[in-house]
This record gives sequence, C-alpha cells and structure tokens, in this order.
Amino acid sequence: MNISRRGALKVAALGAAAATGVRKAEARERLVPPEDATGMLYDATLCIGCKACVVACREANELSLERESTLYDDAIDLSGHTANIIKLHNGDEGYAFVKQQCMHCVDPACASACMMGSFQKRDNGIVTWVPDKCIGCRYCQIACPFEIPKFEWDSPLPRMVKCQMCLAKAGSTDPGQLQDGKEPACCEVCPREAVIYGDYDDLKQEAQARLDANPDRYNPRVYGLDDMGGTQVLYLAPAGVEYSDLGLPEYGPDSVSHIPVGLQHKIYKGFVAPVALYAVLAGLTWRSRRQEDAQAGQEVES
Amino acid sequence: MSAQATPVGGKLLTPTMKGLLILVGIAAVLLLWRFAAGLGAVTNLSDGYPWGLWIAFDVVTGTALGCGGYAIALLVYAFNKGKYHPLVRSALLASALGYTLGAIGVLIDVGRVWWTWKLPLFFWTWNLSSIQLEVALCIMLYTFVLWIELSPAFLEQWAKGPESFLKRFAAAATPKIMRAMPWLIALGMLLPTMHQSSLGNMILLAGPKLHPLWYTTWIPFLFLVSCVGMGYGVTIMETMVSRTVYKRPGETRVLAGLGDAMVVVLLAYVLIRVGDTIWQGKLDYVLAFDVFSILFLLEVLLHLVPAFMLMNKAKRTDRTYLFRASLMIVFGGALYRFSAYWFAFQPGDHWSYFPAIPEILITVGLVAFEIAAYITIIKRFPILTGAPPATAKA
Repeated sequence: MNISRRGALKVAALGAAAATGVRKAEARERLVPPEDATGMLYDATLCIGCKACVVACREANELSLERESTLYDDAIDLSGHTANIIKLHNGDEGYAFVKQQCMHCVDPACASACMMGSFQKRDNGIVTWVPDKCIGCRYCQIACPFEIPKFEWDSPLPRMVKCQMCLAKAGSTDPGQLQDGKEPACCEVCPREAVIYGDYDDLKQEAQARLDANPDRYNPRVYGLDDMGGTQVLYLAPAGVEYSDLGLPEYGPDSVSHIPVGLQHKIYKGFVAPVALYAVLAGLTWRSRRQEDAQAGQEVES
Repeated sequence: MSAQATPVGGKLLTPTMKGLLILVGIAAVLLLWRFAAGLGAVTNLSDGYPWGLWIAFDVVTGTALGCGGYAIALLVYAFNKGKYHPLVRSALLASALGYTLGAIGVLIDVGRVWWTWKLPLFFWTWNLSSIQLEVALCIMLYTFVLWIELSPAFLEQWAKGPESFLKRFAAAATPKIMRAMPWLIALGMLLPTMHQSSLGNMILLAGPKLHPLWYTTWIPFLFLVSCVGMGYGVTIMETMVSRTVYKRPGETRVLAGLGDAMVVVLLAYVLIRVGDTIWQGKLDYVLAFDVFSILFLLEVLLHLVPAFMLMNKAKRTDRTYLFRASLMIVFGGALYRFSAYWFAFQPGDHWSYFPAIPEILITVGLVAFEIAAYITIIKRFPILTGAPPATAKA
C-alpha cells in the first residue's frame, strides 16, 4: 500500500510539473520575414472593382470556372476553383472593394498545422503547397485565421487550392509566371495599380508614404504589419472604413500558432518528458507485475 | 465463478448480428460513393467546416471512448491496484476496437488517402511543429500496441486448438510477447497520455474560431483527465452490459471501486475547468445563457453530478445507480469533445454545418462494425471473466 501510494505521488508530481509547464508555456519567439521577402500591397482607395485580377488569376493558375455553364466568371468567394476574389463592402461610412487571397503570413498557421510540411514558406517567404506530401486532412483549413486554403470537395482526387503568389500554380508545383520573371498575374493586369508586387520592406515604406502624403484619404493603419504575426500582403483602406468590415479582423500581433505550438514545444522540449514518463511507467509496471507474480506464487504454495 | 477469462461461445449469426451487418453493408456502399465522387458528395463538410461528425465523433470522441484500457492500466500497473486485473482484457478489447474505429474514421475522412502511408515512414519530412503529427503517429502506434497487448487472448485460444499454423504461431509467439509485455504495457500508458492531451492542444490552432470558453492552455490537461474518466465510465458500462447479455454475473463491487478513481479525475476536471474559466475572467461568457454557456454548464454538470453520485460508497454498488453515473461521465466527456471540435468551432456566420444523412450512416456503420467485432471476439476468444465453473473448465 505504501509503495503504491508513493507511485501515485510520483505520477501526481509529474502531472503537476507538466501543468506548471503549461502555465508558463505561452511564449514562443515572434518570427520575422526572410530577408529577401516579397509581398503585395493592395490599396482599396485605388481599386475600382473591375475584377480583371480575378480572371487573370484563374487563367494563370489554370483553375476552372465556378460554374461551367455561365456566361461570365461569377465567383462570389474563394473556393477550390478561385484563389483570388474582389469583394465589395458597402457600409454607412463609405464603401470599398477588397481583394482576398492568401496573406502569406510571416508565421503561417497552415505551415504549423501541416504534418508533413506540405505547406511551407519558400522563396521570398511565399507560402506554397506541395501535393505529394498532403494527405488531405484539412487541419490547415481549421488553422488558417483568414480561411484561405480551399479544398476541392467535388473531386475524388482533391487538392488544396490557394494563391501561391504565382511562384507556383495554385494546387500544384508547376512553376507560375513569377518564375518567368513576371509579376503575379493579379498585379500584372491591374489597370489602376491597386495591387502591386515588390520587396516587402519597400512595400512597407510605400504604404507609409501613401498614408503620410494623403492622411485624409486613408484609414491611418496599414493592415498586415503586425496583424497575426505579420503578413506579406499589406492592405490600405479608405478613411472611415474599418479593416474588420473588409474581412480583415482585428487579431492582434500574435499568430494563432504562438500559444499552442509554444505549449507543445515546451511540453515536448528535447523529448525529455515522454522519456522520463516512460521510465517511470516502466518501473511501476515492473514492480506491480513482480508483486502479482509473487502473490500468484504464494497462492500456489498455500 | 472464475477469475479466468473464457470465450462466451454460441452462435455467431444471431438476428442482432444480422442487423449490425446490414448497417455495415449500407455504410460500405456509401463509402464506395465517397471514394468515387469525393467528400462533397456524401458529407455536408465545407471550407468553413472542414471537420465534422467523422472527426468530432469517430476520431476525437471514439478514441476517448477507447481509453478504458489506458484508464484501467493506470490503476492496475501505475497505481498497483491488482484487484482490477480481471477488467483489463475486456477493457483492452473495447479500446483496441475504439482506436481501430478512430483510425478507419481518419482514413475515410482524409481527402488524399493515397499518401497516408508516407506519414509514418517519411520521417525526414515530418513537421515537428505540427501538433497533429504527434497525435497521428501516437494513435497509429497505440492502435498496434493495443492489439499486441490483447494478443495473449488470441494466442491462448489458438494454442488450445487443433494442430494448425495458428497453433504453431501461438507457441512460437507467446513467450516473445510475454517477455515484451511490461514494456508494451508502459508504452500503452505513455502513448495515450501524449496524444489524448495533444488532441486537446491541437484544436487551439483554430485560434479565434474557437469559442473563448473552450480556448484555454489547460486544454491538454482537461482532455487528458476527461479521457481517463470516460475510460472508467465506458469500462463499467461495457462490463455491465456484456455480463448481463452473456450471463456472466460479475462483482459490481469491483466496478463500484473504480468510483474512487473516477471521483478524483472528475473533480480535477471540474476544478480546473471552472477555476480556469473564472481566473481568465470568462464568467461573462458563462452567464450569457446563450447556446455556448448552456453547453459549458451542461458539460460541467455532467462531470460534477456523477462525481457526487460516486462519492456515495453505499449507493454506488447499486447497478442502475452506477450505470447512470457512468453514462453521465461518458456523455459529459463526449460533449466536451463535440463542443471543442464542432459546436464551439465558429468559422463565421456565413457557414453552417449539420452532417448529411450518408455521413451519419457511415458513422453508424462504423459503430455497428465495432459492436459486431466485439461480439464475435468475446464469443470465440477468452476475454470475459466470471464464467460459471462448469463452462470455465470447457
């Protein structure tokens, strides 16, 4: 009885140790964009909602129409067929178009989630998906706070489709037009330069310069500098329009991975805790079985 | 009454079994459709609700329902309570089947199943930051461990049989497995500790989509203690039902003894769940009396009420009373998991999810398969103890 109680205490102590770890685990270092990071800057005050970028994206990525039978491209949201979309916000304080595509996060939730690293940050920090490592578990969709990766629900051989900034075609590893020295398709066709492609640091400066030059024209904040740990796609909104109205929620500066992945790394640091727990459990099992054998022996004797 | 486990015997193709097989057959046909036409054809899953019934029930709740083997092993081996040893085998069988169900559920749910074989093998591509990777590998490994832990039941039976390949195999394998057994038992306690807690942490990656009442860094601990509670609850229910159906009068007193351990885990759960909610200043959400506050309160009650019920040592030896308390724990744990993975997962107002009929029928078919396998195995292999002496000898 005494021994067993000590065993119980040991396990309890280990549990308590794990639990204290839990409390203090909420810190994981903030990730920074790679040095050669590129990105996009979308300026909602310039966009006229012509949707040329939606069509260009579909062509560049060889994605099929939302509905094959319609006269024109009538996608209304991102989906397994659509990796870039223009939406309209029409509120009391004003209206604005907004372009939606992958944000190419500095600390992408999809990449944290992905079991075999199918989603990863690659050249210039662009987040892409590799088909031959993906088992289609869709944990990336659970994780992505911008709800970007889309699954081909109507296919028996589904892919994960999202903007890969034309580094690769959506849903594949075929080279996109960025690799031909061109800009991403959406930036290339935009008649108003409402979305531009470039060096991430340059884009940050450009965004700030636009705010400084026309403070009355803009919402005073650039979205994406810190939001969700930072995104390599930056947004400017018109004065009076909140980013949350444009589908860009106020998430704060920590990525979704920050807490759970930090917690997991803390618990499994160096794999010490599982090994130690295994040693304790193996010891307890050995002792318990030896006692059992001894009891069985006694019963036979008596 | 004998402490030795013996096969129940009897005819296999009973009317009950036929009914179960019809349900399995319906699911099998629907599965052909699912693999031919894609997930969209048989489910109501969407880009907003990429996970639904199959993940919430088959995998997350199914494996927790399969924690009987883990929970009993903790008691017998880690806490040295040998008197619960007679429960080990039937608990292991239910666990092995529960985890197998979870594993099959995953294979049905993943969209690109043809690459799943890479997951355990291509270790150089493993993303060590992926919480789900740990869960997936642990569940795979533990499913194997469970069947090996249970294998003496099969080997004993084959060893008694007529000369055959199986008999020779049993003779050769038994000593090896018995030598490895202590290490396997310890592994069988380590792996669920790891993946059942990570299964909680895993959903935190949903971040702002998860309702604040379920978003807590205590979630690994809560998932862990609640799966232990569910493990005892399921073991009690399973033991009672199978002993009643197959006329193996058991010691309700032994089962009731599990009450002590259950009270500890249930109170630990309630203490942390409620304490953390208050500490994090989330009482407003509890007092909102919207659907989430009701789910939360129901969940806490389904842990608290059985805890108080089981504290009553006199009453809990009553079969109905004990069964009710166990049922509540199982429902409470299942509700916690359904909430974290489904009800409290809010991708936004423009998304909604309720499983499609084929989706439900596939889950029903899986459960029917599990029950059919359970019945078949206890009839043919020594799983249940407590046979009357006459049959015990046979």
